[in-house]
Amino acid sequence: MLEVRGVTHGAGAFRLEADLTLPRAGRVAVIGPSGAGKSTLLDLIAGFRAPDAGRILWDGSDLTDQPPGRRPVATLFQDNNLFPHLSVNENLALALRPRGGRLDADQRTARSEALERVSLPEMGARRPGDLSGGQQSRAALARVLLQRRPVMLLDEPFAALGPALKREMLDLVRDVGDTLDALVLVVTHDPRDAQGFAAQTVLVDEGRVHPPVATETLFSDPPPALRAYLGD
Amino acid sequence: MAARSFAVIAAGLVALLALGPVVAVVWRAGGFASFGPGDMQALRFTLWQAAASAALSVGLAIPVARALARRRFVGRGLLVALLGAPFILPVIVAVLGLIAVFGSQGLVNRALSGLGLPSLSIYGAHGVILAHVFFNLPLATRMILQGWLAIPGERLRLAAALDLGPWTMLRVLEWPMLRRIVPQAFAVIFVICLSSFAVALTLGGGPRATTVELAIYQAMRFDFDLGRAAALACLQLALALSAGLVALALSGGTGFGAGLDRAIPRWDADRAGAKVLDAAWIGFAALFLLTPLVLVTLNGVPGLTQLGASTLASAGRSLAVALASTLLCLLWALPLATRRGEVAGLAGIAISPLVIGTGLFIVVRPYAAPTDLALPVTMLVNAMAALPFALRILRPEAESIRAEHRRLAQSLGLSGRVWLMRILLPRLRRPLGFAAGLTAALSMGDLGVIALFADPGHATLPFHVYGLMGSYRMEAAQGAALLLLALSLGLFWLFDRGGRVNA
Repeated sequence: MLEVRGVTHGAGAFRLEADLTLPRAGRVAVIGPSGAGKSTLLDLIAGFRAPDAGRILWDGSDLTDQPPGRRPVATLFQDNNLFPHLSVNENLALALRPRGGRLDADQRTARSEALERVSLPEMGARRPGDLSGGQQSRAALARVLLQRRPVMLLDEPFAALGPALKREMLDLVRDVGDTLDALVLVVTHDPRDAQGFAAQTVLVDEGRVHPPVATETLFSDPPPALRAYLGD
Repeated sequence: MAARSFAVIAAGLVALLALGPVVAVVWRAGGFASFGPGDMQALRFTLWQAAASAALSVGLAIPVARALARRRFVGRGLLVALLGAPFILPVIVAVLGLIAVFGSQGLVNRALSGLGLPSLSIYGAHGVILAHVFFNLPLATRMILQGWLAIPGERLRLAAALDLGPWTMLRVLEWPMLRRIVPQAFAVIFVICLSSFAVALTLGGGPRATTVELAIYQAMRFDFDLGRAAALACLQLALALSAGLVALALSGGTGFGAGLDRAIPRWDADRAGAKVLDAAWIGFAALFLLTPLVLVTLNGVPGLTQLGASTLASAGRSLAVALASTLLCLLWALPLATRRGEVAGLAGIAISPLVIGTGLFIVVRPYAAPTDLALPVTMLVNAMAALPFALRILRPEAESIRAEHRRLAQSLGLSGRVWLMRILLPRLRRPLGFAAGLTAALSMGDLGVIALFADPGHATLPFHVYGLMGSYRMEAAQGAALLLLALSLGLFWLFDRGGRVNA
């Protein structure tokens, strides 16, 4: 399980406090107004920011001082999920061999399977710029699939896609998460995403990270902070 | 992190090479008592010619830039591109071109004598200033043109809707822009002319047209008075540093500038008088810049047959120096391509190559013959002199690559080598090619520190051309100058193009 123990980061209006425990597998939505600290929370877990106090543990082992690449975490960013000057195949090769070198036969097979899995067979030779927005997201998901990390972080990854395409991509994320038996954290500002996707939801509000609550319960009886955010 | 330690090493090397020679100079100078009376005159001349060159360049650039900003015509893009050419033009080539136009046998004097008027001499103070204007008028024009094109189109539309006349336009829109840009342009050109060496060496000299840099060279080369050279080097250092700091304080965001090849629609300039005036200014600028270059090319062709073994050997040495200093400059620039690194790199521009050369001369003299080290020292000083420009080109792109891709690279756990070879270098290709081209051309044409060290048998091509001029072998000098021009432009073109192909 993922434990965020007494973590604080930043000061003043940008201060974030987090203390929560998330299960070893499953899907969790992170919701809250912009500027509340959702992305900061993900950055702390991914290792792009260091906490001022507190520890972050995965299955009991301390991640706090690990660099991002050494953590059991794969991240799908809002953008720049692929290097634009490399083909999809080359991008995926870097995910498998981050220290360089050629892929072996097994790795090449895994790569084509991942591309098939996200419905992009035969697209490996193309560069990201030659793919549509939805196809780019799929290629990025293939990258996450190949990384085989037990925690997946998604920071509003499909915000640029239309509603139908977004739902399709979230289904694919669910699929990939189930395959890897991973803990999937998705930051969103759309309550419907949370309701359709995640069994549990974490509310982040004014720099406070609330403990996870069953999504159904949360939205049927929203606390004042969520009520204010939803505007009803 | 490894990247940071490389940056610290690179910055440390810049500091060591910038300050070490200065320390040697200060230590060797042993006080300012050894200034001669001519040295104060050199100081006065240096300040005066820099101020005059900057004022003339900027003053002439204002109408030229305005004409280019508000007119569209065939060849405008080419002319604007040519305004960037003097930057990579070897000084000695430009000087030969100016002699062909303004020299005793030049076009202007032949026309004057045809009219029965007294002839002009290009040698002396006004020749130095003329050459400085030739080099810096394009720079000033580019800076001011950028200011003009940065005036938002909406404001010009509003001005047209209000039917503002030319004077109101000037007062409301153009004057505020000029008040910001003109001091910057003046300061930059003043600093450049302050460290003028090659122009003063070729066209100046004598008590009335000697710059401090030239005085350093004369003290070293002819009087062999190291103490006086060191004192002069300290004086030059103080000059360059204080003027450089003023220029830095005035400088805004004006860089190499993109998008100068568009003209903005102007409704206020649609009068016959304004059109004639603009055409005259553009014609003046084009003639002033192009005639010397055309003449260098035409005059050089016959001389190509006289290219002897010594010219070709010096060309080979120059190529080797240029390629080595390009490599060194890029190796230096890559770890320094950050905001803080750019400041470290500025040390190279604030401190004059002659001062560094003098310092290195003092440092190495006990251990090796200075002539043996002429080429390595030239290579080093050229790399350092080009470093600020390389950083200016590379830094914005390198920072945006880091901003866009660093997180993904970290999250994948890419090694430093894979990041460098697969991500940073391929994505930096275009600016790397441009920076390499600029460095190679600058180094190829440099006539500075080499003059301190070299003997004619081990010189670079620019120094060789200077030697041919000095021995009145003008045809051979013009042929060698054409070769130098072709090599400088060719190197720039090759590198710049290498960065663009398949990118």
